[in-house]
Amino acid sequence: MATVSFEPLPADLAAIQNRMEGYARDYGLDFYPTIFELVDADQLNAVAAYGGFPTRYPHWRFGMEYEQLSKGYTYGLQKIYELVINNNPCYAYLMRSNGLVDQKLVMAHVYGHCDFFKNNYWFSQTNRKMMDEMANHGNRVRRYMDRFGVEEVETFIDACLSIEDLIDIHSPFVKRFDDRSRYNFDRAHDEVEEPAPPGRFQSKDYMEPYINPPKALAAEADQLRKDREQEAHFPVDPVRDVMLFVLEYAPLNPWQRDVLSIIRDEAYYFAPQAQTKIMNEGWASYWHSTIMTRQGLDAADLVCYCDHHSGTLASSPNRLNPYKLGIELFRDIEERWNKGCFGKEYDECDDLAAKRDWDTGAGLGRQKIFEVRKIHNDLTFIDEFLTLDFCRQYKLFSFGYNPSSDAYEIESREFPKIKQQLLFNLTNVGRPLISVRDGNYKNRGELYLEHQFNGPELKLNYAQDTLANLHRLWGRPVHIETTFDGVTTVMSFDGSEHKSEKSGEAKT
Amino acid sequence: MRVEHDLSRFKQIVRGKIRQNLRKYITHGEMIGRRGGDLVSIPIPQLDVPHFRYGKNGSGGVGQGAGEEGQSVGQGDPESGTGAAGRDPGAHILEVDVSLEELAAILGDELELPRIEPKGKANIEQKKARYSSIRRSGPESLRHFRRTYMQALKRQISSDTYLPERPRIVPIRDDKRYRAWTETDNPQANAVVIYMMDVSGSMTDEQKEIVRTAAFWLDAWLSSQYQGVEKRYIIHDAAAKEVDEHTFYHTRESGGTRISSAYKVCAELVERSFPPSDWNVYCFQFSDGDNWGEDNEKSLELLRDTLLPQMNLFCYGQVESPYGSGEYIRALENGFGEANPKLILAEIENKEAIYPCLKQFLGTGA
Repeated sequence: MATVSFEPLPADLAAIQNRMEGYARDYGLDFYPTIFELVDADQLNAVAAYGGFPTRYPHWRFGMEYEQLSKGYTYGLQKIYELVINNNPCYAYLMRSNGLVDQKLVMAHVYGHCDFFKNNYWFSQTNRKMMDEMANHGNRVRRYMDRFGVEEVETFIDACLSIEDLIDIHSPFVKRFDDRSRYNFDRAHDEVEEPAPPGRFQSKDYMEPYINPPKALAAEADQLRKDREQEAHFPVDPVRDVMLFVLEYAPLNPWQRDVLSIIRDEAYYFAPQAQTKIMNEGWASYWHSTIMTRQGLDAADLVCYCDHHSGTLASSPNRLNPYKLGIELFRDIEERWNKGCFGKEYDECDDLAAKRDWDTGAGLGRQKIFEVRKIHNDLTFIDEFLTLDFCRQYKLFSFGYNPSSDAYEIESREFPKIKQQLLFNLTNVGRPLISVRDGNYKNRGELYLEHQFNGPELKLNYAQDTLANLHRLWGRPVHIETTFDGVTTVMSFDGSEHKSEKSGEAKT
Repeated sequence: MRVEHDLSRFKQIVRGKIRQNLRKYITHGEMIGRRGGDLVSIPIPQLDVPHFRYGKNGSGGVGQGAGEEGQSVGQGDPESGTGAAGRDPGAHILEVDVSLEELAAILGDELELPRIEPKGKANIEQKKARYSSIRRSGPESLRHFRRTYMQALKRQISSDTYLPERPRIVPIRDDKRYRAWTETDNPQANAVVIYMMDVSGSMTDEQKEIVRTAAFWLDAWLSSQYQGVEKRYIIHDAAAKEVDEHTFYHTRESGGTRISSAYKVCAELVERSFPPSDWNVYCFQFSDGDNWGEDNEKSLELLRDTLLPQMNLFCYGQVESPYGSGEYIRALENGFGEANPKLILAEIENKEAIYPCLKQFLGTGA
């Protein structure tokens, strides 16, 4: 099945594309070939509902997404201008109804994204032929639906999607496990070897208690035994990639395994985009504004451009606009590195006036932001570059939920708190940290997950539903250890009823 | 595009959810307020895929702008906590639009309501003509120019009389095509629904809410069964008058109760505007049943002799008021017994009882 094909760009837009691409290259942006597709609102909403891939596997939630998007568009609540796909070649969908100035701006913006996709390290492990891959996924799932029934496959997908965010976003970059051979049966589990006796040094009799103190020997033996036990533990270390664990050890049919692996692959493909939202949008906005204001604009375009640009960067009190935060941070970095406001000397300077007027003429700004876009993700980006001055200048604050007034209220304008809150929201893409601790809990093949509690509690009804879905995959009772009201609690689902057991003491 | 397929799957699932929760929707009146034109917007909880998420407790984010500490930046969502406030728009409960017609169909399926058979089909039939086909004869005024031209062109080409350099087409009689109509019998079933409500002092807002909710669903069902349902509203305490919809639901009087007064107005209304030979007349009366003692006799008489013969259905729903339930329903039971299939009585103690009451009222298919 071919990808949905659209017509080529009309001549005027193709000319604009050429111009924008030229400017982008001149600034040193580096991207895969970029193909623009002109689509109407309805098509764009549909493509967006599929996460940018019109050939994705069928599932009702895409329909839901589509209905929400098209309703929002019909009522004039929101409008998508463009959609860029991380792929080689890059695909970018343009809304046909955009004005000419909008198209110009959007194209410049798109080249920013394309450059980011290609060069940011966090995207380096993503599949650059995802367009084709997604189409394959779609075909496979459709085939399973033909064979096993739509309902059957769809319910299974629902269950898989419930754990789609339980992946290890760093695993593409780290080697977590030694390679295992599937055919290595040497270490039969039932053969329990006697532990080798602890190492003993040679000694004369009278020196024995000093050279080989019984305590140390006992401790060593103990440690050896523990190591062994740990090895017998399954998994040896807690596994963050719950999806992988389920994929490898759950009793699934081949087609179920395949569907689960499809969903896992797609989750890993989309993960870097969630990890770099602020940077990615900031970078693209930085470039559309740079290109447009220096070369792209004709005099007549100015008002339209300003209108669009300010609309994109508008922020509301309870929603930090990633475009705004990103572009301002990039500009801030550029300015600081242009003036040399970094390094030991600057940090240690106590003289406010001197600091304010600091300018060594370093001129490293451009170079620095290119470096930043290469190696950082949102978390490290904020951690490294969000400064006190920046917080003040942009009036950032942290807010939290106040149960007594049932409202989100401003909590603090102190820099450390704001930064902490922001970093927290970005840690693990704002999702709870959950890992598999035991795949053979109670020696009955039950699955035991652990929520690494760090403040906010899990949402109870969602957690229960997720457990139920996980149970569908695992086939045996599933548990999750978390904390409610300061008490360690184990929530369980055994296929028929939910249980919740307080296991720990109240922590203070 | 493929999205249509997924969209229809999604809609199927939504229908299923509505069906599951229908009883709840019927009981909660709030939905009626969400009505815009022919669409009703229904909140559907838990349609999204569940994940492990943070709850509200301790969730927070970073915002931008002016404001003191402690100032509110947004309401907590009614049911769902915002996952990562400040980064994603809050996960709201999904609202789906469903047309009244579909809603009625779901209601009908779920309550197993029989489809209504309109009465008096024979004498209220209407013939309707539609131009849907083509004939070879007819009046010149209905000549189909394009078809005629095409025929003539075809004939001339095949008979080699068509000269491309002098393209002149002359139709002959055989080429002519005329628009033709087919007549369909369009059973014209007209329905009028007359709502009567007791607004005497003993009917509180809560009772009116029940009436309103029940009326909404009755309305939804009847509208789906007839094209263009007329609605009339009568309120009464000791005296009765016809009012518009808004007044009907919002008036509160304080007088005593004389049900016969409402019956009289109703009878006049039917006689004046909706002769039963042309109309399917439905009447739904809601009261707390606290009628004046000596009025019962008169009411029953009116009902028996004047109203019932003219109605398809006469439903009486007695809502329970804080002052207890009245006697009128007993009087009706005694006066008519089980004998009259056109008269349906139901007691509605609370909102929960609306659901069985609908089934009782509409279960006859009359």
